[in-house]
Amino acid sequence: MSTSHATPRETTEGTVYTVTGGDWDEIAAAAARTDDERIVVNMGPQHPSTHGVLRLILEIDGETVTEARCGIGYLHTGIEKNLEFRTWTQGTTFVTRMDYLTPFFNETAYCLAVEKLLGITDEVPDRASVIRVMLMELNRLSSHLVAIATGGMELGATTIMIYGFRDRELILDIYELITGLRMNHAYIRPGGLAQDLPPGAVDQVREFVKKMRKNLVEYDKLATGNPVFKGRMQDIGYLDLAGCLATGATGPVLRSAGLPHDLRKTQPYCGYEHYDFEVPTADTCDSYGRFLIRLEEMRQSLRIVEQCLDRLAPGPVMVGDKKIAWPAQLAMGPDGLGNSLDHIKKIMGTSMEALIHHFKLVTEGFRVPPGQAYAAVESPKGELGVHAVSDGGTRPYRVHFRDPSFTNLQAMAAMCEGGQVADVIVAVASIDPVMGGVDR
Amino acid sequence: MSDGTKGTGGTKGAPGNGDTNGTGGVNGTGAAKGADGVNPDQDLNAQNLPGQRGDHGEVIGTRRGMFGASGGGDTSGYGGLVRSVRMPGATSRPYGGWFDEVADELEGALDEQGLVPENVIEKTVVDRDELTFHIEREYLPAVARTLRDDPALRFELCTGVSGVHFPGDKGRELHAVYHLRSITHNRLIRLEVSAPDADPHVPSLVSVYPTNDWHEREAYDFFGLIFDGHPALTRIMMPDDWQGFPQRKDYPLGGIPVEYKGAQIPAPDQRRSYT
Repeated sequence: MSTSHATPRETTEGTVYTVTGGDWDEIAAAAARTDDERIVVNMGPQHPSTHGVLRLILEIDGETVTEARCGIGYLHTGIEKNLEFRTWTQGTTFVTRMDYLTPFFNETAYCLAVEKLLGITDEVPDRASVIRVMLMELNRLSSHLVAIATGGMELGATTIMIYGFRDRELILDIYELITGLRMNHAYIRPGGLAQDLPPGAVDQVREFVKKMRKNLVEYDKLATGNPVFKGRMQDIGYLDLAGCLATGATGPVLRSAGLPHDLRKTQPYCGYEHYDFEVPTADTCDSYGRFLIRLEEMRQSLRIVEQCLDRLAPGPVMVGDKKIAWPAQLAMGPDGLGNSLDHIKKIMGTSMEALIHHFKLVTEGFRVPPGQAYAAVESPKGELGVHAVSDGGTRPYRVHFRDPSFTNLQAMAAMCEGGQVADVIVAVASIDPVMGGVDR
Repeated sequence: MSDGTKGTGGTKGAPGNGDTNGTGGVNGTGAAKGADGVNPDQDLNAQNLPGQRGDHGEVIGTRRGMFGASGGGDTSGYGGLVRSVRMPGATSRPYGGWFDEVADELEGALDEQGLVPENVIEKTVVDRDELTFHIEREYLPAVARTLRDDPALRFELCTGVSGVHFPGDKGRELHAVYHLRSITHNRLIRLEVSAPDADPHVPSLVSVYPTNDWHEREAYDFFGLIFDGHPALTRIMMPDDWQGFPQRKDYPLGGIPVEYKGAQIPAPDQRRSYT
């Protein structure tokens, strides 16, 4: 038996303690006496297959997971609190960063809530709604591509990963052309859009749809019938309809249990009732079903994007109310995007009132009548709900995001307990949680 | 304040910012008191003032001045303007559309359980095409269970709970807001309960909607709402040893001044701002 305390020793680097604890021997002996192999493992928060900083706490007996819990909050950035200190318009800049793989859904959900509070839902121009739908569907594609790509990589199928990120890059190029940024766009604003589509955008989207139609087939060929892929995915991450409703799971997880619940169909927003598309479901309740649903949803999204391009008619992209809409469209200058020179000439040279109005609207913002509103959109992960409360001021009183990743992640324990450790990865990947959205 | 005095005061024109059911609550000339032109608090109760913007709804605070900025000198002449901030008030029947049907079914189902609907439902608000039931907190689980199980109601999906802190709403500072979705009937309603700061207890809904597990932990973490009956009410976002409840209104945002192009930019909550 060694000594029961640490002995200090002076070195040139400082004091070094040699720990030779007495009770460790006892613990080791006690562990040796019990014959089970029950151990608790921390998977994450830094683990390549945990989708960001997700910490899984697994109690395992051999290779079997007996209990699974999530530790979250490592990416909490206080976005909801921060919103209360900015104007309603500045809010989009914050919410776009929540679930960073679905920025347009965050922006749209937030703007729909603000528009509902303002009572201008019906005044949002058609063109703005069509562009919103188009960007959301492109975003659904890019989000599902990441889900399939990273999900494949976690199984060791790196080809799928390469394919997924290759195709996502095409979509990010479109974002960059339209909004100027690959992510964190703040392009959708209360009342409409920050600016209209730039020249060439429609052509590039059309080109993309054609190309993507061809590329989507490759995923089918590569994965859908692949016996190894099916072997890893089928019957893994099982969650039936009752389980989905109890845990509040929505999106592909709910639809893999056979319920065709999709807010785009049941509670249409942004004019979704005018588009022709199907809501795919599966009855397998497992990861493989969710994979098939995502694949089919990408095909349907392409259909919607095509219909958007056909529906695009010239017109304004912001409500006509000059008390809400910013006074000028942005224009590209030699030093980047900014107010157009015509507008600056007008407010600086000819109209004092226009200058005051511009200044007040941009620095102070608009007032939103007191009350609360809930707006929800069908994000790639499920129901993304926004509860916005106004006290009649120029800044949000409270904005709460019901992020689908947060809610769906609760189902992790039900999906993983009783299964193998290796299948935890598959089950979590099939939920497709993004920690930026979970922790906000 | 009674509506009978409406229009007797206001010597200044009421600003027309969406005012529909009042005169805008512009104070009188202030000649009776306060020679400096700014009305003290008690003026709000004076009898010679015009009607406030709607006399219904719950008051959650007051707003002074026209432009919301504080700290600067008043050069606009609107510095004496005092308005109360009111959330939309109770609605009387008919509510319109399927709202009446849901309200009838809920009241009927509560009756069957031997509960008096008037005691359970504090008020019903219809605003912006949304139906909100304000529920007395002790009846929340019974109401939620009824809403979930009654075949005519069938709100099977709860989208969680959102806390809201109204420091100005005395005695009911903390609100917990639930949105319930019925997939069967394709409907969405809102439940709202309130609790005072001094006694921040609300019954947990985890036994009815297990999905609320994490949502209630989040509302506890940020607002200090204690959900009685929750299986493990611990912090979920903030570290376990965190002090305070960050999304309450009296909790500072924090931040430090930052130098940008030679100028000091104050922290976001220290900047000149408008309300």
